[in-house]
Amino acid sequence: MDKIGNEQLLDEIGPVKEMLQTCIQCGTCTASCPNNEFMDITPRHMWRLLLTDHAEALFSSKSFIMCSSCYYCTLRCPRGLELTSAMSLLKQAASRLKLKKFKRSSLFYDAFLDSVQKHGRVREMEFITHYFVSLKNPVIPFGYASLGLKLLAKGKIRPEFGSGSSGKLTGLFKKVAELEA
Amino acid sequence: MKYLYYPGCSLEGTSVEYNISTKVLLEALDVQLEEIDDWNCCGATAAESNSHLLSYVLPARNLALAEKMNDSKQILVPCSACYLNLKKTEVAIKKDKDLFGKINTVLAEEDLVLKGDIIVRHLLDVLSNDIDIETIKETSQNRLSGLTVAPYYGCQCLRPFSVFDDPEDPHSMDELIQATGANLFEWDMGGQCCGASNTTTKPEAGMALVGRILKAAHGADAILTVCPMCQMNLESSQKKISHKEGIDLDIPVLFLPQFLGLAMGKIPKDVGLDLNLSNTGPLMKKAI
Repeated sequence: MDKIGNEQLLDEIGPVKEMLQTCIQCGTCTASCPNNEFMDITPRHMWRLLLTDHAEALFSSKSFIMCSSCYYCTLRCPRGLELTSAMSLLKQAASRLKLKKFKRSSLFYDAFLDSVQKHGRVREMEFITHYFVSLKNPVIPFGYASLGLKLLAKGKIRPEFGSGSSGKLTGLFKKVAELEA
Repeated sequence: MKYLYYPGCSLEGTSVEYNISTKVLLEALDVQLEEIDDWNCCGATAAESNSHLLSYVLPARNLALAEKMNDSKQILVPCSACYLNLKKTEVAIKKDKDLFGKINTVLAEEDLVLKGDIIVRHLLDVLSNDIDIETIKETSQNRLSGLTVAPYYGCQCLRPFSVFDDPEDPHSMDELIQATGANLFEWDMGGQCCGASNTTTKPEAGMALVGRILKAAHGADAILTVCPMCQMNLESSQKKISHKEGIDLDIPVLFLPQFLGLAMGKIPKDVGLDLNLSNTGPLMKKAI
């Protein structure tokens, strides 16, 4: 665990706990989740940890970053809780706190948003190159090389290496950061 | 009929054939599209995993730009992830005045104002509700009647907002497919998740979800999709998953407007069929 204690974690996720107050622990979310077999603790268990202030235990699991936003749990929750949004809020907290355990996902999202901030639109080749470089692991990209070559051959992606253009949406990104500080 | 058009980033890159075929099909159906000037990325799932406010500001900028255009008050969106982000913003600003205010504070940086009178529509919504199905029937002349195809909806055009279909048991593609004369492949995987970006960041989990769908589609002549992310996931790992599962799971995967375009007599190149990653050769042979 990073050197962030239970109290600080609780502080970060206070609004998520607030959202989930009426959870009845029925487990419909777990039964509906397509990724549950890859989670070390189930969605229902996550909400229980959250509601009983066990934030450290919650963040010692990688369950919430397995969420692929299919919205089945949100659709089916008998209490009408926005559980997919709760998953996103936990991802946001992990990213804000720069928790090492979630680095790979955070770097993926950062690389994506960096491209958006610069160009207004995501340039897929630039973003994925940036992501692979930020992983600092020369082996991982090879798993994607054949797909990358296919896409290049079809003219669907273009090699791009830091076009250096000034950030198109930097003003908006700055203002968002200011309001969220 | 006229709609504002938001293609989204994937349709300029990895899913350019979705853009090509959407335009070709809608033109054939006498629908006009006016692309939103200077549109930006909707934030995909990256923005909501990073910042709550940013995940609304990025779509909101597009809605504000759309409001400045006088062509229509409806935006047509082919990509399901873009559709959901734009839709969720359309819905949220009607409920959350505080968020609405913050969004406009940020947009003021670019001298933009969001009023909130735009309606966001998915391509499938427009095809299944606004279009006269007879046009497809008459033009198709049963060209593809020998094919059996599996409609795949994915998640984000169906959930969490149930706008045009049953989010548990989707059927909006049925009538469109049957109008071409082709047969429906019966399965219950149409609304299941393809794994989204897990196929890149958590491949073990992502590939398992793709594998389930490909296995269930075994026996169909093709899978039809309405989302660039689903299309990429279902197309790009067929060899890898076939090898792992020990069965041949190769199957053509087409965007719905590619299929409808072909049915209506367009040649494969017109609908960008040369750009698909899956092998569409067997499909075309069987169709002829």
